[in-house]
Amino acid sequence: MKFQTYLIKYGEIGIKGKNRYMFEDALVRQVKFALKDVEGDFHVYKSQARVYVDCEGYYDSDEVTEALQRVFGIVGICPVVRVSDRGFDELKKDVVAYMDEMYPDKNITFKVESRRAKKTYPKKSMEINCDLGEAILDAFPEIRVDVHKPDVLLRVEVREEIYIYSEIIPGPGGMPVGTNGKAMLLLSGGIDSPVAGYMISKRGVGLEATYFHAPPYTSERAKQKVVDLAKLVSKYTGPIKLHVVNFTDIQLYIYEKCPHDELTIIMRRYMMRIAEHFAKQDDCLGLITGESIGQVASQTMQSLAATNDVCTLPVYRPLIGFDKQEIVEVAEKINTYETSILPYEDCCTIFVAKHPVTKPNVEVIRKSEEKLAEKIDQLFDEAIRSVETIIVK
Amino acid sequence: MEVYLDNSATTRAYDSVRDIVAKTMCEDYGNPSSMHKKGVEAEKYVRGARETLARLMKVQEKEIFFTSGGTESDNLALIGGARANHRAGKHLITTAIEHPAILNTMKYLEEEEGYRVTYLPVDMYGRVRLDALKEALCPETILVSIMYVNNEIGSVQPIAEAAGIVKSYNRNILFHVDAVQGFGKYRIYPKKMGIDMFSVSGHKIHGPKGIGFLYINERAKVRPIIFGGEQQKNMRSGTENVPGIAGIAQAAKEIYTGLDEKVAHMRWLKQKFIEGVSQIEHTKVHGLTDETSAPHIISVGIAGIRSEVLLHTLESKGIYVSSGSACSSNHPSVSGVLRGIGTGKEYLDSTVRFSMSEFTTEEEIDYTLQTLYNCVPMLRKYTRH
Repeated sequence: MKFQTYLIKYGEIGIKGKNRYMFEDALVRQVKFALKDVEGDFHVYKSQARVYVDCEGYYDSDEVTEALQRVFGIVGICPVVRVSDRGFDELKKDVVAYMDEMYPDKNITFKVESRRAKKTYPKKSMEINCDLGEAILDAFPEIRVDVHKPDVLLRVEVREEIYIYSEIIPGPGGMPVGTNGKAMLLLSGGIDSPVAGYMISKRGVGLEATYFHAPPYTSERAKQKVVDLAKLVSKYTGPIKLHVVNFTDIQLYIYEKCPHDELTIIMRRYMMRIAEHFAKQDDCLGLITGESIGQVASQTMQSLAATNDVCTLPVYRPLIGFDKQEIVEVAEKINTYETSILPYEDCCTIFVAKHPVTKPNVEVIRKSEEKLAEKIDQLFDEAIRSVETIIVK
Repeated sequence: MEVYLDNSATTRAYDSVRDIVAKTMCEDYGNPSSMHKKGVEAEKYVRGARETLARLMKVQEKEIFFTSGGTESDNLALIGGARANHRAGKHLITTAIEHPAILNTMKYLEEEEGYRVTYLPVDMYGRVRLDALKEALCPETILVSIMYVNNEIGSVQPIAEAAGIVKSYNRNILFHVDAVQGFGKYRIYPKKMGIDMFSVSGHKIHGPKGIGFLYINERAKVRPIIFGGEQQKNMRSGTENVPGIAGIAQAAKEIYTGLDEKVAHMRWLKQKFIEGVSQIEHTKVHGLTDETSAPHIISVGIAGIRSEVLLHTLESKGIYVSSGSACSSNHPSVSGVLRGIGTGKEYLDSTVRFSMSEFTTEEEIDYTLQTLYNCVPMLRKYTRH
């Protein structure tokens, strides 16, 4: 079946009162972004509390649907057959042809539901419903009408042109990115952080990301992997500004001065500080991590508290109650899993102690950090100054 | 300064190779099978290449088959050789230190086609044990495959002796040599040495990637593994890769010009490098280091530093090396070759491979040594515990 238009249904944002235009505009923008790499010419616009995508030229329906299914804020995608108004008899033929092609097995029930947006159309919607229903019944003897629970709800909208559709493909839900500000994701090369970014972004939050690399202990490929992950996530979230921070000197300095079993915690506290620095600089409203309680030594309740201790922005941890398997399921759904499991060393794993503390005491950790007083500010500034910024899209 | 010491992974193409590749892509771009003049022109390059290679190895032109590279040559030799001779028996022999192109093909034949494979052990220098070869041979044996030069530590295999043992046991057994690392460093004459099949790759000898060849003795029975338009006497279908074929022949011609001086140059640098690197405490050069080892490969264990870290440190100074073998270092499993020669565990995860070419200079070796002297103590300060 050849569709000419996609009608986009949105749920939550329909009820946002006076702000609604903002949400709709954001949705239109995100839909345009999602379609920019899809072959074909697309016209995206809003009209009467709906968003439409008109397609011109050569395009692949599956590709369009797939792209739209990545746009947060979309609840349903209806592929529409658009026909010009050539009189009611022609419309009957079009509708019968539509039913014939869409539903080869006619042993079904249906109902016609029309909307007459163009008030000059000679028939009222009730009449349209009855007359089209009759035409369909005449054409296919096995088909039956069920006005309460039809198998197929055939919608016919009379506008300048006539829109015929009956299918609703589920969208990802959520809210359009950009309607809820921006947050800074701490992106490692692992499975969890891309999922965390995806989940927060789904609520309409734009993303920036910070990655810590530690050459020569981590390779160019490890960095490329993170860029690749950001790219996969950006298919949902739109462009991501990625801050790549060289963390080697800070890490080595901590290693030199602090007890080795506290290494990871202290390191993570500095990662939070650096990420927060860039977050504030770019007006992000919070930090996002992929932490989940108890997953590793640095994610026990005590460790989370010790890491949280240095942050002034709220830290969002959308995976906090997830088991690993549940995280993996989302990672597979959003297509980041395969990239995440590529075996490059990330900077969290290079100097891990055999037995890191699992119940760090914040006071003790603060005391240990005092040993860094001499050089840490200088190293911190140096790390910030030498940041590499990549716009991933 | 940029110092490329990863020539066993791949090499920079000769300028003459680039020129002939460009010419056969943009000017003489015909299909050798076409009947018209354009096709005849292209065919001339293929004929010329066969002639060049045949002369270098003292074999017949019709015994050379072009493939997509070393891996395909090995696959054709093993799979095609095994399938053509399976009625005589289903036993194959190879060594424990072969390249994955051999090992994984053997594994396939073992698991999917019901062959029995014996993997010969090596001595502490990484040379196949000939006594084990003698023991492994049996009436069922149809094919033996031994590499010429090991890609990870540069050990040179006793090919002529092994061929002698195999052929005196049963002259019908096919003897295959993976010479990807040996060709261009040694003069290899398969007929004299009793070699039936012989794999070569283009990009290891300053030729293009995506091209290689397999020498198959005219009397050896081998079945094709790729089917199509029956090119190359139906042994390897597919339109001939004319730019690659012209390129590999040009590279072979050039690498064998002045070979003795080139090899002597590399040996001299190798000795210098080994002496220099031995001054660093707790290092070990794997395998033999004398004239009986390959002139271009030096595998060094540096205790206390993970190879990946040393690799990236050197990289930051413009020096490019490999950790273990480049082909297998995508998955960080510890090298089977290093295990096979009984390497101590302090070196297993801490070995890097330096591999030279005729273009390597003394200045580059000095710079590399100096860099190691500077980096190693610094890196050893921060070891994982």
